[in-house]
Amino acid sequence: MSDENKADIDIIDVSTFDTHFRDEVADEPGGEHIRRCFSCSTCTAGCPVAGVTDKYNPRRIIHMALLGMREQVLTSDFVWLCSVCYTCYERCPQDVRIPELMNAVRNIAVREGYIPQTFRLQLKKLQLHGRLYEIEDYENERRAEYGLPPIQREAEADEVNQILRRDQKDTPERKDTGE
Amino acid sequence: MTDRSETRTQSSEPRYALYLGCTVPVRGMNYEMAARCVAERLGVTLVDVDGFSCCGFPAKPLDWRGGLLMAARNLALAEAQGLDVLALCSACTGTLTEASHRLKADAELRAWVNEQLAGVGHTYNGTVRVRHFARMLYEEVGVDVLREAIVVDAEGRPLLSGYGFAPHYGCHYLKPSFLYDGFDDPENPCSLDRLIEATGARVVRYEDEGQCCGGGILGFDEETALLVTKQKLDHVTAAGADGLVLICPFCAVMYEANQRRVESLYEAKYQLPVLYYPQLLGLAMGFSLEEMGIKLNRVKPRKLIEALQR
Repeated sequence: MSDENKADIDIIDVSTFDTHFRDEVADEPGGEHIRRCFSCSTCTAGCPVAGVTDKYNPRRIIHMALLGMREQVLTSDFVWLCSVCYTCYERCPQDVRIPELMNAVRNIAVREGYIPQTFRLQLKKLQLHGRLYEIEDYENERRAEYGLPPIQREAEADEVNQILRRDQKDTPERKDTGE
Repeated sequence: MTDRSETRTQSSEPRYALYLGCTVPVRGMNYEMAARCVAERLGVTLVDVDGFSCCGFPAKPLDWRGGLLMAARNLALAEAQGLDVLALCSACTGTLTEASHRLKADAELRAWVNEQLAGVGHTYNGTVRVRHFARMLYEEVGVDVLREAIVVDAEGRPLLSGYGFAPHYGCHYLKPSFLYDGFDDPENPCSLDRLIEATGARVVRYEDEGQCCGGGILGFDEETALLVTKQKLDHVTAAGADGLVLICPFCAVMYEANQRRVESLYEAKYQLPVLYYPQLLGLAMGFSLEEMGIKLNRVKPRKLIEALQR
């Protein structure tokens, strides 16, 4: 996959750039500081994910976004590879707030309909149960075995579902879910 | 440093809503058992609040407003009971702390949140303070009180003297540091070291202690996530620790529940015990292996179990 990406990146057709993408990211909460990046690579040097794979390189993603490579960034796998550990957040000399920036880009990608299957399933679980692991009688029986109080299933699932679907009709993110 | 004026609870008798999140009540019952036991012994009151959901962390990358609303809804439930929030999971701590700060500072955002929450019957006024369990022990109980609570043998030696544990602080307990009032240094933290030392055990230093567990990308790219996990397992094993001590259920999923998977994927052998800090503290305080839920630890801390059963 990374070879394929390299080929895409090596040959850049400047006419496809969307020069407003940096503004779009800066307008999205979390992405406000994208223009501050001066590509020093402090983020990438200390990144635990970049340390084990060349699939993820935060400096390159920010640079692509600044250039206006909107489609390449929004449809990529790599924006989903930030583990949100905040190591770079603490160290960035320009306060670019990279994990928040990655989340801003992800929010835009989701609204455009690009959401990896694993995240789609997580969202579905939150809508169904209000939590990532459903609590059923079995779980509460196990908890009782260990002397723990039951998790009372109140209205949380319905309420979280309502919160997450609050403006579904206005958001295109689930247009291609195939659910 | 911490603004004590926003501390609702008296430091002598801390009282909190216990926030479990998604992972702890199902996959981290040993953490919960130990936390409840030591809190009770130390005079910290934990109140169970019905209706807490996921904190909102998994929703933030997809729909940040939805994530914020989920966090605000949880805070509203605690606020309605007049309680601050105590979380066991570091990601929950981060998400709920971020929401509490934003909604305290930004009246406009709070008004929008309340418009949305009205539809599900809640209101949030921005008054709840959020703490991680370990930070509460460190700041509000204090290591001196913990040291007093440790059981010693006839020669005055703590049960855990002679053992060395590697601290794993993880990420969201410390970072982003602006959320946490400077209670510890995000690059060179010491609070978990002091907490481990209070039990009478030794702190074992190892390479790259600040390394993330990789949990944030497990669902998306398991192989890459487990490569991140492997690094710390390698480093802690090389340092010869009796175990890794941590304070977040998802870090435990990576280092303990996935330890065999890392071993088989990368032909390694660790058998590295992983303990939640309250388990370590509880054992040092004289709680039994059973009370600390050690049965639920997948990699058995055999040396410790044999010594404590003697």
